[in-house]
Amino acid sequence: MIRYVLKRILALIPIFVAVSFVIFSLLQLTPGDPASIVAGTGAPKEAVEQLREEMGLNDPFLVRYFNYLKGIVTKFDLGTSYETKTPVTERILTAFPATLRLALASILFAIVVGLPIGIISATKQYSVLDNTFMVIALIGISLPVFWSGLMLILLFSVKLRWLPSSGFSTIRHLILPGITLGAQSAAMITRMTRSSMLDVIRQDYIRTVRAKGLPELGITFSHVLRNALIPIVTVIGLQFGQLIGGAVLTETIFSIPGIGRLMVQALKTRDYPVILGSVLFISLLFCLTNLVIDVVYAYLDPKIKAQYSRERGKKA
Amino acid sequence: MIAAMFLPQKRQEEKKYSFTRDTLKRLSRNRLAMAGVVILAILILGAVFAPWIAPYDYAEQNIEEAYMSPCLKHPFGTDEFGRDIFSRILLGARLSLVIGFIAVAIAIVVGGLLGAVAGYFQKAVDNVIMRFIDILMSIPQLLLAIAITATLGSSLINLMIAVGVAAIPGYSRIVRASVLSVRDQEFVEAARAVGTSDFKIIMKHILPNCLAPIIVKATLDVAICILSAAGMSFIGIGLQPPSPEWGAMLADARYYIRDFSYMALFPGLCIALTIFSLNVLGDGLRDALDPKLRD
Repeated sequence: MIRYVLKRILALIPIFVAVSFVIFSLLQLTPGDPASIVAGTGAPKEAVEQLREEMGLNDPFLVRYFNYLKGIVTKFDLGTSYETKTPVTERILTAFPATLRLALASILFAIVVGLPIGIISATKQYSVLDNTFMVIALIGISLPVFWSGLMLILLFSVKLRWLPSSGFSTIRHLILPGITLGAQSAAMITRMTRSSMLDVIRQDYIRTVRAKGLPELGITFSHVLRNALIPIVTVIGLQFGQLIGGAVLTETIFSIPGIGRLMVQALKTRDYPVILGSVLFISLLFCLTNLVIDVVYAYLDPKIKAQYSRERGKKA
Repeated sequence: MIAAMFLPQKRQEEKKYSFTRDTLKRLSRNRLAMAGVVILAILILGAVFAPWIAPYDYAEQNIEEAYMSPCLKHPFGTDEFGRDIFSRILLGARLSLVIGFIAVAIAIVVGGLLGAVAGYFQKAVDNVIMRFIDILMSIPQLLLAIAITATLGSSLINLMIAVGVAAIPGYSRIVRASVLSVRDQEFVEAARAVGTSDFKIIMKHILPNCLAPIIVKATLDVAICILSAAGMSFIGIGLQPPSPEWGAMLADARYYIRDFSYMALFPGLCIALTIFSLNVLGDGLRDALDPKLRD
């Protein structure tokens, strides 16, 4: 198991190198000369030229990429922000906790709402309840985050005055953004839970446990749900990755000082190192989440673990 | 036609109707999907005939009639410059639908070709292409689109490219998988034996086999692309106001949400309706095309 995890972590390295290469190339294509931006407007030509030399901008492309990569690996250095002249890493790490809290709140909401509804829908297939839930889930998938967020603000902050519409200091501040961002994931989890459980319910072994006289609740949880869990975990994991990305819009609406808002601000001021550093950082998180899902798989499904040990046996 | 390849000849004669007709018939029995088709048809008609239907010019400002709540004269009200929101939404439908469809077209053509080439030639070519696809997949879709627009600059065409590129991986994988599953079958071997070119084999004999999953994915992806594009306009890097793009309109309306909430209501409702209709249609198509559910 530990070897499997280690192998997967090692496999992340080439992907990370490649992603950073793509991002770095995009950075090179952006308009504007970094040296004159850092030096500020009206800086003398010699100063800009000296700065170019210091920043290594006169080196060939591959040398610059290598230095960029070396900076990331050795010092976790993603460059310097054009706007604040501070390290990009510092800005990202300051903003990250807010984004993480938002994503956790959303996924928590999505699981707490999505999973039970999916289970109920599956056990009462084609009932009025099931049909209603499915239509609601479809609507949930179709609501644009940046609109449902505004509507929630309108209802709960402006009209009812129950919850704050912006800021990020207390748990109360997390409720509206969490629901906004989590609603779509909740709908996805509901749909996946339902269809995955329906696949299992039709299996022969479920009929067997039922024939043995097990109570319906026990069948649902320890036999149906347990075996239906893999696709559900996949969706939860994928949703978590999507959430970290989708946080960009939610953070903008609710003025949450996270990576998303950092990126949007950077986009407005054309602060390219910050934009691309954030994309790189989030992509790395995204890959790590996928890794965690795969490890959870191996834990949930003995078949996958067995497959892995067979592979190892073959090599040895 | 193409779809006839899905069913063996004999069964088709028994049934007396084609795969396409069968699929459409099954789709028409799905009420939710039909609701989607109707909504989508209305939106497309509205978008096509927007300049003739719209009661006002979308950019026409009339300060005297600014901030009017929905009424007979302005069914969706007016914005801060007195522009008629209904007219703007109609024109906005054009933008959103065009962005959605063209972005997905880009993704299908580029992604499909990459997948076909990877699956057909295998080995090194396959490896290089699929690793590239892996890289694209390890960046969240919206973020990739944002990074690309940040680099290219924001314009309608760049927006379509950015959103489209982010959707490429899915198609490459579908096409590659189905190329791999048919490339060694007899009919491909036969085509090769009579000297058909690689290109023609891929286009005429292999690609039609993966049409069904592509149609389903494309329908759902148009929704995702419209959503991404609107989201990007909302945060100010897609189309900028005064463009009547729905996301851009919402971005403007945000500042008036306390007093003139109808300004934010209608553009968002239209996005939601569009996405909803595409989603139910995609779901319906998936069920209609699923051989397991076929009777």
